[in-house]
Amino acid sequence: MSEPQGSKLIRTLLDFDRFTADDVRAILNTTDVMAQVLERPVKKVPALQGFTVATLFYEDSTRTRLSFERAARAQSADVMTFSKGGSSVSKGESLRDTVATLEALAVDAFVVRHPSAGAAHQVASWTDKAVINAGDGRRAHPTQALLDVATYERSVDAPVEGRKLVIVGDVAHSRVARSNAALWRLLGADVTVCGPPTLMPQHGGLPEGVTVETRLDRALDGAHAVMALRLQQERMHEARFASPAAYAEQYQITEARLAGAQDDVKVLHPGPMNRGVEIDGRLADGPQSLVTQQVAMGLPVRMAVLYHLLVGKGGSA
Amino acid sequence: MTTQPLRTAIRGVHVMNGTEDLGVRTAVLSDGRIEGYDLDGPFDVEVDGSGLVLTNAFIDPHVHLREPGFEVKEDLASGLRAAAAGGFGTVVSMANTDPVIDNPEQVRGLLEKAADIPGARLRPAASLTFGLKGERLTDAAALQEAGAVMLTDDGIPVADSDVMRRACEWAADLGLVVQTHSEDPSLRGAGVMNEGAVSERLGLPGNPREAEAVMVFRDCQIAAMTGARVHIAHVTCRQALDVVRWFKAQGAPVTCEVTPQHLTLTDEALAAFDPMVKVAPPLRTAGDVEALTEAFVAGEVDCIGTDHAPHTLDEKRQDMLSAPFGIANIEVAFPLLVETLVQPGRMTLQALLHRFQHGPADVMGWDAPSLEPGSPADLVLLNLNDARTVEPHTFLSKAKFSPWEGDALHGWPVQTWVGGRSVFERG
Amino acid sequence: MSDPKATLFTADEIGRALTRIAHEIIERNKGSERLALVGVHTRGVPIAERLAARIADIEGREPAFGKLDITLYRDDLTEIALQPVVKRTEVPFDVSGMNVVLCDDVLYTGRTARAALDALVDMGRPNVIQYAVLIDRGHRELPIRADYVGKNVPTRRDEVVKVRLTESDGADEVLLVDRKDAL
Repeated sequence: MSEPQGSKLIRTLLDFDRFTADDVRAILNTTDVMAQVLERPVKKVPALQGFTVATLFYEDSTRTRLSFERAARAQSADVMTFSKGGSSVSKGESLRDTVATLEALAVDAFVVRHPSAGAAHQVASWTDKAVINAGDGRRAHPTQALLDVATYERSVDAPVEGRKLVIVGDVAHSRVARSNAALWRLLGADVTVCGPPTLMPQHGGLPEGVTVETRLDRALDGAHAVMALRLQQERMHEARFASPAAYAEQYQITEARLAGAQDDVKVLHPGPMNRGVEIDGRLADGPQSLVTQQVAMGLPVRMAVLYHLLVGKGGSA
Repeated sequence: MTTQPLRTAIRGVHVMNGTEDLGVRTAVLSDGRIEGYDLDGPFDVEVDGSGLVLTNAFIDPHVHLREPGFEVKEDLASGLRAAAAGGFGTVVSMANTDPVIDNPEQVRGLLEKAADIPGARLRPAASLTFGLKGERLTDAAALQEAGAVMLTDDGIPVADSDVMRRACEWAADLGLVVQTHSEDPSLRGAGVMNEGAVSERLGLPGNPREAEAVMVFRDCQIAAMTGARVHIAHVTCRQALDVVRWFKAQGAPVTCEVTPQHLTLTDEALAAFDPMVKVAPPLRTAGDVEALTEAFVAGEVDCIGTDHAPHTLDEKRQDMLSAPFGIANIEVAFPLLVETLVQPGRMTLQALLHRFQHGPADVMGWDAPSLEPGSPADLVLLNLNDARTVEPHTFLSKAKFSPWEGDALHGWPVQTWVGGRSVFERG
Repeated sequence: MSDPKATLFTADEIGRALTRIAHEIIERNKGSERLALVGVHTRGVPIAERLAARIADIEGREPAFGKLDITLYRDDLTEIALQPVVKRTEVPFDVSGMNVVLCDDVLYTGRTARAALDALVDMGRPNVIQYAVLIDRGHRELPIRADYVGKNVPTRRDEVVKVRLTESDGADEVLLVDRKDAL
């Protein structure tokens, strides 16, 4: 059996616009190996020895930041942390200046989370080092989508190709939804997004072939995987829906609502969950739920991404 | 002006403006006015105008000169000199400074300071409400007495319709122009670019055309109601044009302008996440650019307002949410439109000149620019023959960067006179 | 296919060398108890498989068998292609206390062996690690030697030793090729 091989040198993971299915398969294949490393007595390899990874978090997300930092250290890379409130990020220094400063400190990879869409693209335009988008505004969160695919495929021991993913909730404001829709489509899955009309994208903008549906029962028909998105309370104040209860009444994912889905349907949630709002708590804890596995998959996925972006022709360490 | 202007002859130059064409002449300037044509010497200064066009200096009803308060972006001296370099002889400065230009002393202060600056003439606007807060009306009569030529809260839409109505009632009585930045604040929301397929693709918050169109409708309605001369700043989309067109057909006292960027760039320019082209109202689609171009060529749009909006490079190099809105463009506005509209044959040079001269003069209710002897010698010499590259480092504006950097354009101003004095000469 | 300068090993010679090495392994380890053969991806794997089969024939007992990918342990990253290809490591037994024979096709600088040793000890604490190779071509950059060698071949650095095996390449042979012809 031959392993999938990426088609080109990849230095950035900003979104999946320039990725082929083979590029993604190469990373997912390495993810398997990284997961194996994490099961061993010595959960560390020297693969990225001599590399330095900087995390630039302009939005609070300790969980994602720690996941990237652990992924770097598990491969023996050094880590520098720049997070909001903790460093010069809070002192009004511009993103561009921070990147220039870190480049001068011989950083090899930037992991960027920022409230503004395109911030990681901007960083990539200022540096030739590796750049990973760890979430930019509502645009993209590619490592989350990779870990969601990896989690699902591992749970059913089959590729997502030909299967149906349904993403339910605030799709319009969700980078998780956008990246998952892009990635599952890229890998040959069917994707339907579902939620209130006020939380659906208004002008297309979703990847080609994604179905938009506002009726949950129709959306869930034949689904292999259902992803519930976190409902932000602030959207209520933006007049997008009447109340969390009213939202739950129509869009909460429950055992009963999954009746029309496949027998082996899996339930995903990017976390943190509002139990009783977008997802029924019992379902989240039940056998169909992959929520815990998703969290665990973050580490090997991010290890694989760092490895692929840093190693290869032109690797500088 | 400190020194007496010199008697100047501009030889062998094609003299024309938006309405007249005098052919190739030697133009003579003295005592701050056009003395006449093909007159005898002696002359203090002689300029070879062969192959060039001499025309009335341009009028810009919409510039941000940033003084007082934001001199790091631009000040009166740099802004008025940049305007002269762009061929402008008169500019109307916006009031969104710090402090806001909302009292007569500030208007007088600006005028005094500008009088010593060798550049375009300053005709300041004053704010429509105190502090641009949209609540209490400024003293329109006193502001006009001090020299303000326009009332506007530009930069911020006037959210309260009754405030807008009452301001227009004052303005109608005084004969002042009210200029409006027409966008519905709640519909605009936190949008940083045009809402549409591109904003969805880029994941950036969108600002829909309808936010502009509904506010343009309100402002036109209030113009019709009060009889005030209401000038709609920076129209950007087909919907807003349709509204303006309809009200004009009803005889409402409404005028509108379009910016050079909205005639030349689309929302696709934001695809590289470069905040350089982040403006408000936002760049729209190719369809809107075409609609604007048709209306501009047809004269349904009265004039160009550059909305010259300088910022520092550091400010414009932030992320897409944090970077401020605006492009500094006054030095490239005319050649950019020569290149975009005249060179390909979309409109004549004379029609374009009209939108920079008679158009804005009509909007402001000023005397029509004229080339008759005795008219003010606010003139610009243009080179339509040779292309020249946009080189932002040569800008006189403090904002030395441009979305059009590297573009080869025809129609650059070569020399500008204000009141018969040469205030700009291209090196 | 590149133009070989010489055939270093024919199919028959490869077979005989592996049989000899299998006997040596049994002799050195006094049988096949607690014996494990671990092949280094890619061509070390079929070599380990063949040695394991021979040892099973001789001893009547299958030694433990595993596959090791050492990509994550390499120190010569620039030799990795556009995108790295990492294969699964499959060592389905506890290496602690085992007599592990690492198997590879060619011993050259010793860097692969070094990486394999690191990878192996990260999995546990073997009783002993031995090293078996089909070809030793010299030019060591680290203090590493093989316990079992099919054939010692003097080479120049600008030459490439190409090992072809039926499992991966459709035939058994070892060729000597000029580097410029090797790609």
